[in-house]
Amino acid sequence: MLRLERINAGYGRAQVLRDLSLEVAPGEILCLLGRNGAGKTTTMQAIMGLVPLMSGRVMLAGQEISRLPAYRVPRGGIGYVPQGRRLFAELTVAQNLEIGLRARNSGPEVLDEVLQLFPRLRERYGQRAQTLSGGEQQMLATARALCLRPKVLLLDEPTEGLQPSMIEAIRQVIVKMRDEGVAILLVEQRVDAVLSVADRVAFIENGRNTETLPAEALRADHSIVDRYIGV
Amino acid sequence: MPGNPCARMDLGPYIVLASLEGAITAAVLALTAVGLSLVFGVMRVVNIAHGEFFMLGAVIAWWIAHSLGGHPAIGFAVALVAAPLIVGALAVAADMTILKRLNYDPERTIVATIGVLYIIQQMTLMGYGPDARPVEPPFNTRLAIPWFEHGADGWAMIWPWGLGTTSYKLAVIGAAVVLLCGVWLLMSRTRFGLVMRATQADRDMAQAFGIPVERVYALVFGLGAALAALAGVLIVPIQQAHYLMGADPLLLSFIVVIIGGLGSLPGTVLAAVLIGLSDGIISVFFSPTLAKILATLLVGLVLVFRPQGLFGARSG
Repeated sequence: MLRLERINAGYGRAQVLRDLSLEVAPGEILCLLGRNGAGKTTTMQAIMGLVPLMSGRVMLAGQEISRLPAYRVPRGGIGYVPQGRRLFAELTVAQNLEIGLRARNSGPEVLDEVLQLFPRLRERYGQRAQTLSGGEQQMLATARALCLRPKVLLLDEPTEGLQPSMIEAIRQVIVKMRDEGVAILLVEQRVDAVLSVADRVAFIENGRNTETLPAEALRADHSIVDRYIGV
Repeated sequence: MPGNPCARMDLGPYIVLASLEGAITAAVLALTAVGLSLVFGVMRVVNIAHGEFFMLGAVIAWWIAHSLGGHPAIGFAVALVAAPLIVGALAVAADMTILKRLNYDPERTIVATIGVLYIIQQMTLMGYGPDARPVEPPFNTRLAIPWFEHGADGWAMIWPWGLGTTSYKLAVIGAAVVLLCGVWLLMSRTRFGLVMRATQADRDMAQAFGIPVERVYALVFGLGAALAALAGVLIVPIQQAHYLMGADPLLLSFIVVIIGGLGSLPGTVLAAVLIGLSDGIISVFFSPTLAKILATLLVGLVLVFRPQGLFGARSG
């Protein structure tokens, strides 16, 4: 569904990603694991077209999306839940979701579905995003991305700084999306959280994809993780 | 302007007159400054050429009124629609050919808009000349002598001193209020307003949700310029069109936008009323220079003690 082919990317002259290749299939959760600064968030931004590629390409369902201007990328069906949520803080919950809906002209039934997943947001519907609690903000960021009816979902540390009940709620939604056939690329720091949902794990080091393993293997042998993450 | 009313005891009518003059300044300033504030708020760039868009509005209004002839109201009405459209289109073109290529880098945009300022100013000098030319007000021209006597407030007394204003001046205030309400409705009630606010909040995320940010920028830049041009059209029957008339509105707009809080529209309007009124009152009773000195001093104080402006939300 989503394929990164030897992409090189970075900010200005500082190259971050080097010949990075990845592939996420529909109905699969691929986790990116790596140290801070390894290039996980940059990978997400490169997919969204927010960081220019130096070379390589990003393919979505056979279409080369890395040649499109950034605002056309989500229209192919990529929902992005960025690190730190990055909601439209001064807009209300309803308006944040409306922007998500409009990105791909989703109908009201999509909004209904999304609000069923996150009933809390319905209670907060007219409230400004910045007045929500951290967990509610994460729900909104996720809901906003789901409003695109995504074929691919990019989640960048969705459980960062949340309490366990929230983490569990977000996790359930991620798994539900996978079961509905969405291709999910997940960046997560907490190894146990990764292992509980991931189908495959891609290790990333200095902007390179060193190895991609089935999550089964890591669950069986924890030392592999320690080798890359160096806990 | 009256001479030195301070020698007299009856200040009332002068204060009313000064407030009215100030309200006109405030009305025109609010329109101009909201344009500047919109551009800064959404695009995070400082547009030094903003005053020239104001001037162009006035000059185009003269040109349209002059070439159409007939009743002044016809030319003025056409100018009221055409001038903002022409200036807005020009600004959109400037955005797409210049600012976009600079990637909206804040420093380089300042330098580039200084260049745009001189290009517009000198082109106007070459095409229009150095003269100040009047445009007839669309109505009330026959009643150019004071029509509205002041002093009847409160004590039901009349000072028939010939102090007065015109119905056109009152209409300018009304028009500015209507236009500002229009901007507010655009921002808060329309899809384009939502898109602008999302772009303002987070440019990258706006793109990540399908908003064509560059197109939004071009339209916002055009809208800001069109508002300045509208202000120019409104003021030209009072002030005359001149190729250097953009300097004062630019300075005052910056003062207002800084005091109100960068990018905050309610703050901008409130600061415009504050600065406009005090400018009118101080100009009538003392001197216009003192008004500018005090306004600039106020900016200094605001920058020292409340750098985010009176209504600025962002800190740091």
